[in-house]
This record gives sequence, C-alpha cells and structure tokens, in this order.
Amino acid sequence: MTVLLEARGIGKRFGGVQALHDVSLTIRRGEIYGLIGPNGAGKTTFFNVLTGLYPRDGGEVMFDGEPLKLGSPHEVTRAGIARTFQNIRLFANMTALENVMVGRHARTKVGVGGAVFRFSSARAEEAAIHRRAEELLHYVGIADHANDLARHLAYGDQRRLEIARALATEPKLLALDEPAAGMNATETAALKTLVEGIRADGVTVLLIEHDVKLVMGLCDRVAVLDYGEKIAEDVPAQVRNNPQVIEAYLGGSLEH
Amino acid sequence: MKKLPNAPERKRALLGTALIAVALAVLPLVVAGTLGNTWVRILDYALLYIILALGLNIVVGFAGLLDLGYIAFYAVGAYLYALLASPHFGIHWPAWAILPLGAIVAGFFGVVLGAPTLRLRGDYLAIVTLGFGEIIRIFLNNLNAPVNITNGPKGIALIDPIRIGGHSLSAPLDLFGVTVPGVVLHYYLFVLLAVGIVFVGIRLQDSRIGRAWVAIREDEIAAKACGIDTRNVKLLAFAMGASFGGVAGGLFASFQQFVSPESFGLLESVMVLCMVVLGGMGNIPGVILGGLLLTLLPEAFRYGAGPVQQVLLGRVLLDPESLRMLLFGVALIAVMLYRPAGLWPEARHRRELAEAAAEKKA
Ligand SMILES: Nc1ncnc2c1ncn2[C@@H]1O[C@H](COP(=O)(O)OP(=O)(O)OP(=O)(O)O)[C@@H](O)[C@H]1O
Ligand SMILES: [Mg+2]
Repeated sequence: MTVLLEARGIGKRFGGVQALHDVSLTIRRGEIYGLIGPNGAGKTTFFNVLTGLYPRDGGEVMFDGEPLKLGSPHEVTRAGIARTFQNIRLFANMTALENVMVGRHARTKVGVGGAVFRFSSARAEEAAIHRRAEELLHYVGIADHANDLARHLAYGDQRRLEIARALATEPKLLALDEPAAGMNATETAALKTLVEGIRADGVTVLLIEHDVKLVMGLCDRVAVLDYGEKIAEDVPAQVRNNPQVIEAYLGGSLEH
Repeated sequence: MKKLPNAPERKRALLGTALIAVALAVLPLVVAGTLGNTWVRILDYALLYIILALGLNIVVGFAGLLDLGYIAFYAVGAYLYALLASPHFGIHWPAWAILPLGAIVAGFFGVVLGAPTLRLRGDYLAIVTLGFGEIIRIFLNNLNAPVNITNGPKGIALIDPIRIGGHSLSAPLDLFGVTVPGVVLHYYLFVLLAVGIVFVGIRLQDSRIGRAWVAIREDEIAAKACGIDTRNVKLLAFAMGASFGGVAGGLFASFQQFVSPESFGLLESVMVLCMVVLGGMGNIPGVILGGLLLTLLPEAFRYGAGPVQQVLLGRVLLDPESLRMLLFGVALIAVMLYRPAGLWPEARHRRELAEAAAEKKA
C-alpha cells in the first residue's frame, strides 16, 4: 500500500503546554487509521495543525506526494483533507441540504457573474451541487431531514451531517474527531458501518475516538498519543498489548 | 428536489410581477396628485435609502459582518459624481459613464477598507469600520487645501442632473400635453435601478456565493473547513455592498445637485443599519420594508405631528422634530423587544419563530 500522508516532527505549544511534541506518523492509502490517547493528549490539536487551523511550531506534512501547505485551511481542504469537529460545527441556521451544498464550494466555481446572469453553465453547476448534496444525505442516511435546519437534527444525525458535508469536498483523507461521542450502541454500530463504507468507496479515514472497542474493531492501524508524544503506532492487536499504552490509556477501559 | 414551477404557478408569478410593475408605475402619479411633489421627492429619497440598505444587507445580513462605516461608499459615489459632472473641475461626464464607474470605485474602496478588518468580528469590526467611515468624511472635509479637490465643508454645488435622451431629469417633461415633474422622472429612474439591484441581490443570495456568505456568518471555521476562501468571499461581500452604495451615492449627487461632507456622517450609517436590522437582516423584502418605513414615517411625523396636535390639543405642545426622534427611539426598542429578528425576517428565522410557537402550544 502506498503512503497517503506522512507527518514529520509536528510540534505545537500553547503557552506552557506542549500539546504536540515531535509527532510523526504515516497514513497509508485506503486504511482506517486510529488516533487515540487520554484526554488532553493532543489529538484534536493534531487535527487542527494538520488542517491548517492552527499554525504549527515545527514539522511538515507530505500529502499525496506533495508537501501540504499548512496555514490556509481552505487550501488544505482543496488538497483533499476534510474533517469533522469534536464539538460539532454545523451551519446551524442552514438546512441539512444547504450544509452539504456548502461543502461543494471547494469543487465548484460559479462566481458573481454566473450567479446573477445564470448562464446555462451556472445553472448546470447549481443543479449538480443540489443533486450531489442529496446523494450524500442519502449516503449517510439522513435524506429525510434534508430540509430541516441543522440545529434541529438529533445529535447523531448532526454528526452524520458533518460527515456528509466533509465528504462533499471530495476528500482523499477524511479526518473524524470523535464521531461516536454521545452516541448509543445502535448509533455507534451504524456509524461503524458508515465509516467502513466510506473506506470501501476509496476514502482513507483518520479517526480520533475514545470508544476503544470501536477503534480496535474498525482501524487497520492505531497511533497512541500521550502528553503530546506518540508512544505507539501499530496494528490494534499489538497496541492493545503495549505496556506503555496500557499504562497511559487502556488500563481502565479494557476491563469492561 | 426543487419543484419546477408548473403552469398555474408561473402564471401567478407573472401576474404578481405585472401587478407590482403597474403599482410602481402609478404610485408617483397618485402621490403627486394627492400629497404633492414634496412626497414624491421623499419617495425618491426612500428609494436611494433602499438601494443603500440592500447593499449593506449583503455585508451585514448575508455575510454577518457588522459595518458601521457603510455610508463612506455612498460618499465615494456621490463625490465621484460631483467631481466628474460639475463646474468644480469643469468636467461634465455623462451619468451613464459615471454611475458604473462609481460602482467600481466604491467597490474598490470596499475592498481596501475591508481588507484590514478581515480578522475582526462583531464589536471590533464595528468599531474599526466606524473609524474608516469617519476618516472618509474627514478627508472630504479637509481635501480643499493645499489642492482644492473636494471644496471642503462648503461642498460641491451645481452638479449636473442626469440626462436621458438629451432631457435633464431635473426639468419637467411635457409628454402628450401632460407635464411630468422632475421628481417623478427621478422616481422612475431610481425604481428601475432599485429593481435591478433587488434582482442582483436575490440571484446572489440563491447561489454558491450567497451560501458561502451565510456559511461564514454561521461559523467561519467550519466555512474554511469546507474549502471556502473566507478572505476572498468576505472581500467580495464588502465590494458588492460598497458598489451598491456607490451607485446610490451617484444618484444622490445628481438628484440633489449638491454634496457636502455633512450628508455622510455616522448617523447616516446608523440609519441605514437600522433599516437592515429593523426590516429583517438577510431578507431582501424585509430590508426594503425597513428602508421605506424609516424614511416615510419620520417624514409623516415631521409634516403630521404639528397639525394633529393643533386639532387634538388646540396647540402644538411637543416640537414635531423632537417627537419624531422620541417615537423613532420607542419604535426601535419595541421592535427589538417584540420582533428581534426584524419586522420581516429571513425565512430561516421565520421558520425558527414558527417552530418555537408550535413547541409552546404543544
Ligand atoms: N486553543 C488552545 N489554546 C490553549 N491550549 C490549548 C488549545 N487547544 C488545546 N489546548 C491544550 O492542548 C492540550 C491538548 O488538547 P487537545 O484538545 O488536542 O486534546 P485531545 O487529545 O483532543 O483531548 P480530548 O480527548 O479531551 O478531546 C490540552 O492541554 C489543551 O488544554
Ligand atoms: Mg479532542
């Protein structure tokens, strides 16, 4: 399998907190890659640096064979990395459908002239945006809520909508920050199926998740962060038995 | 899927448009015949304010960027017209050349003044834009020395009126034996332009660009994550809004045939903002309503409050001017309390309110 993303020596400090220290990891094309670790380990910070939301202190990222320009989030998205947020960030007063339509922004191009005069090319593009957004709502299983405001969706549906919106940007890598947080067992199982389907459709997945059972069942490989440092990176079976990991993180959660 | 308009629906839409067109065409004649030309002139100003409010609505209503210096672009359009069509420099360009140029120049100013504010939001943005607005006014006030460009506080007079087909809009036109006064001619021009601007606004709102504006308003970080270049899309909002303001400014200069810096103070910016907020931020019909109410009602008070008191109380107890401001303040507070999303809010807000009401009932 070829490498899709290679992060080298990523560092990030907030005042006195070293949120990331020399983190390097490699994500292969087509895999589901888990990123786990205790609270405050730096997982979300890694996402934020990777997607250009926070400036990094050091390190670089190769993505799809090219250096990734970290610093402007919209360019990271255009390069092919889409993400969801740990604390859901939808366009609350837009409908579910409109949320996904916004996700098509990066891949479409009608400007002011096209919008005002509605040339046939602009009309065709708008129709395609609409169609694709509907397909994606269907794909994540919330087509019934297309015309509901995002803020009125049930919690689990909001998470699905965020995934649909991220998929609308046509990512090569989909980064999910705790997509199962707050979901019950049924919802989590459905989410697992969804993520597997996304991978089967050719999108590589980077997954932050606290639900250890989900991570171990879903991921091909897992990296463990602790206090901003990567302490392990391996297949789940190995990570699960890594003494350092058990001490830092898994100790309690494996007993159930 | 969006429903394709079926035949009866399309017919109804066509009929509605025709009715509105007829109403807009007849309105100034009726007003001139009943209330007099003064009121047609007030209608003309209302139209200018509506154009301004529609422009500001793009910035504040769609993109959610609180701009308190918006009147600066009105000033830019007005002074550009004044300088290029008056004896001040002895230049007399035709309006059809200056008005589009005014849109472009004001749009450019929109980008220049917008660019430094891109990282700011909310209160901070409001304060900085307020400062920029004042800077433009102060420039206009002081650019009369060492080289006299703006003629300072005295302003620029004797500005050319707009001419269409050789006829000056400020002169009455004899049409088949009927004399159409200048204010009515201006009305028709302003209505046409306002309709054009409404059209542009509606088309933009319902497009990829309009969605990007709303997305930024809703959550800027998520918008970036969707691949929106928020810097460019915000600048586009500033530019579009400013260019509408520039057009309105040019019309204003030609209509008044005089401009001076005092027409472009902070209070004017606040007034236009009130039209947008009171009418219903982000909703074009609401903004039009806001513009109409806030120009027409104060005038109605100005002319009506004295005589009404005379009749009811036998004398004028309260000075109409201060009564006007008092009622304006009360009306503002009442709307903010009872209709916080404006008199005619955007569909999303309307939906929210309806749902809230339904929930209460259930
Ligand atoms: N914007 C910020 N400013 C200051 N400190 C921050 C910021 N973001 C994160 N941190 C700090 O960086 C560290 C890592 O936080 P991060 O959110 O990346 O952890 P996490 O692994 O995602 O944890 P969780 O599982 O709770 O989501 C924490 O100590 C946190 O307080
Ligand atoms: Mg986190």
